[in-house]
Parts: sequence; C-alpha cells; structure tokens
Amino acid sequence: MKTDVAKLFQKKRRQILEYWMTKQLADESLREDLMSNDDLREQSNELLDALIESITGENISDTATAELENVKEILSGISISRARQGFSPRETGMYVFSLKDSLIHILREELKGSPDELYQASMKVNRLMDGLAVVTFETFIKGREEVILRQTDEITEISTPVIRVWDGILALPIIGTLDSARTQVVMENLLQEIVESGSTIAILDISGVPAVDSLVAQHLIKTVSATRLMGAECIISGIRPEIAQTVVHLGIDLSNIITKATLAHALKFAFSTMRLSVNRIAKEKTAE
Amino acid sequence: MDRIPILRMGQFLLVTIQIDLYDRLATNLESDLVQMVNKTGARGVLIDISALSIVDSFMGRILGNIGSMSHIMDAETVVVGMQPAVAITLIELGLELKGVHTALNVEKGMALLIEKIGSQEDQSADDEDSPE
Repeated sequence: MKTDVAKLFQKKRRQILEYWMTKQLADESLREDLMSNDDLREQSNELLDALIESITGENISDTATAELENVKEILSGISISRARQGFSPRETGMYVFSLKDSLIHILREELKGSPDELYQASMKVNRLMDGLAVVTFETFIKGREEVILRQTDEITEISTPVIRVWDGILALPIIGTLDSARTQVVMENLLQEIVESGSTIAILDISGVPAVDSLVAQHLIKTVSATRLMGAECIISGIRPEIAQTVVHLGIDLSNIITKATLAHALKFAFSTMRLSVNRIAKEKTAE
Repeated sequence: MDRIPILRMGQFLLVTIQIDLYDRLATNLESDLVQMVNKTGARGVLIDISALSIVDSFMGRILGNIGSMSHIMDAETVVVGMQPAVAITLIELGLELKGVHTALNVEKGMALLIEKIGSQEDQSADDEDSPE
C-alpha cells in the first residue's frame, strides 16, 4: 500500500510551514532589509496553501497540468515582485528550494520505516519543485527583462529631443549609438517637428555619437534625404576627427550633405542661408 | 475620366493633388502636365502633395519623371507639402527625387520658384506680385 503524498502534505501543512519558516529565518541570506518577516510569512503561507490545494496523487510529478496553473501564477507574482524589489536570482531560487527541503524533511519523518516509499515520494516532490523552480527563474528573468525594455524605451524617448533654436531652425542633438530603430524615431520626430514649426533648416548634431560605421552613415544620409524631400535643408554638425577618419576610410560619400564641424558653425551657416545676422551691440558709453 | 486640374498662374503651373492618386490618374497627370508646359511655355511647375498620404514606388517614379521631363523642357519643378510618412516611404524605397526641388508649403515653394526663375533671367516676372 502506498502512502498518498498529497494527503500527507495536507495533514502536515502546519508543520511544513513552521519548518520552512524556521529554515528561511535561520538562513543567513535572509533579506530583512527588502521584506519584513511578517510579509515573508504571509507570502510563504499563500504559496504553500495553493500548492497543497492543487496537488493530488496523480499530478504531483507533472508540472504541466492545468491544476498547477494557480500555483504557477502565485509563484510568478512572487518572482516578479522579488525581481522588482531587488532580490538576487539566487535568493529567489533558494526561496523555492528551501520549500523543497521542508517537504522532504516532513516526508522523511513520516516514511522512516520504508526507504523505498520514501525514495519514490522524494523523487516526485523533487520533480515537482524543480519544475516550479524553473518557472520561478523564467518569470524572474522576464520581470528583469521588462524593466530593461522599459528603460530602453525611456532612453529612446529622452535621447531624441528636437529643439527650436531659432524661428525656422531646428536642432537635434543625437546622443548614443544610432541603430535602425533609433534612426526611425529620430527621423519621425524631426520630420513631424519640421511640419509643425514650418522650419526650413534642421541641424543634426552627432557630437554625442560614439562611433560612425557604414550603417550609421547610411541612416544619417537617409534622414538628410527625407528632410530634403520635405522641403527643408539638413546640416550635419559635430563631426569629430575620429569620425571624419572612419567615414573616409569606409569610403562613405558625404559630399552631397552639408557638414559643419560644430553646432556653432552650423548655426552660423543657417543664419547666412536665412539671411540673418547676429551683431554685437556697441556700448552706448563708448559711442558718446 | 478623372483628371487632376492643372492651373496656370503667370509663367507657372499649379497642380494640387487633393485625392489619393491611382496609377491611371498619375500617368494622365504626367502626360497632361508636359502638354501644358509645352502649350503655355511655363517656366515652373508647382505640385502640392500635402493631401497625399500614401505613395508607392510607381507614384514616386512619376513624380521624379515629371521633374526630369519639365527640366528638359526648361521648367523647374517644385514639390511642396510632403507628409513625413510619405518622405520616409520614398527614402526607404530609394527614391530621392533628384532633379525635383522641394519646399515646405505652397508659399515657400512659390518663393523658391520665383528665385530660381528670377536668377535665370533678369527681366522680372510681371505676373507675380509677391515680394521677393
């Protein structure tokens, strides 16, 4: 006759939780700074409840069943919230593995008499908890990735401002590496702003671009051509000596594009194209 | 059959495209326009495409063709009011519309034409009263 592991766990629920909590609190990697002990207890209790309710004798070694969806959901929630709170993957992993220890500890106490049965039951619990640990890791990484993606989006948003430097002159300082996705954002923002402000000159400052390869150069040429199609002039400024060297070595032809060394030069050129001039006002005292 | 109206304004021709062009309409426009340039002896063609929201490679080619044809008939072409999406599409298609001038709006396009024509011949365009 076999012992029903699921029933046994249901009976011993309280002991499992107690044992698990003692283990967790005794562990030196306990992070009281990130989560209070009461919160930890509540979280553990919720997870254990869901787990014990879901497992039956049949599905215990199969993590793919629908009955365990509930447990997985709770586990994912815990994992993602831990990722956001700043727990390390190791700590989150140990959290799930310590539950396994507790379960097996209870099993050992109950099934002392029959090593064979103990082995069978342990294997099942092992497989179940390993499956759940994998779920935890997956969601933990997903949680981290979401954070990274959000930050990438934010950086893209922030790093492409279009500035109206003068009536009819736009400036667009590009900071960071230009890739296809960013060029698209830059181009769209610039063209939209040209339409809205009715500007005739746009200055693309690339002094913040660390390196220019043939792909980046092609993106720049595309942006300039699109601006020209809209009926505005595009000047590229901020070409550092290293960039000039690479561009020429790569054999990229920028001769159709107006290029200036600095933003100031580009602005000066823009003024002269628009027939504007900036004059220093003579001091009145010296005039008198 | 639908036709895009071509208006004469002094020594310029004015075409405003208010509907989305389909291929037949575009080829008709191309042939009508060269006919008109020939008939009126126009010096400049201004095409307003601000209402055009969709272009394909064919449309882009037609625009380029109109520019080149007018150019060899001694008329300058200015395309005005291109939408950002249209500009991006044309660039992605590799059509840079060489030989066609561009401007942000009709007003700036007209000023550009007058400047271009004016620099070619000294006699002032007496049909035009815009200040230059």
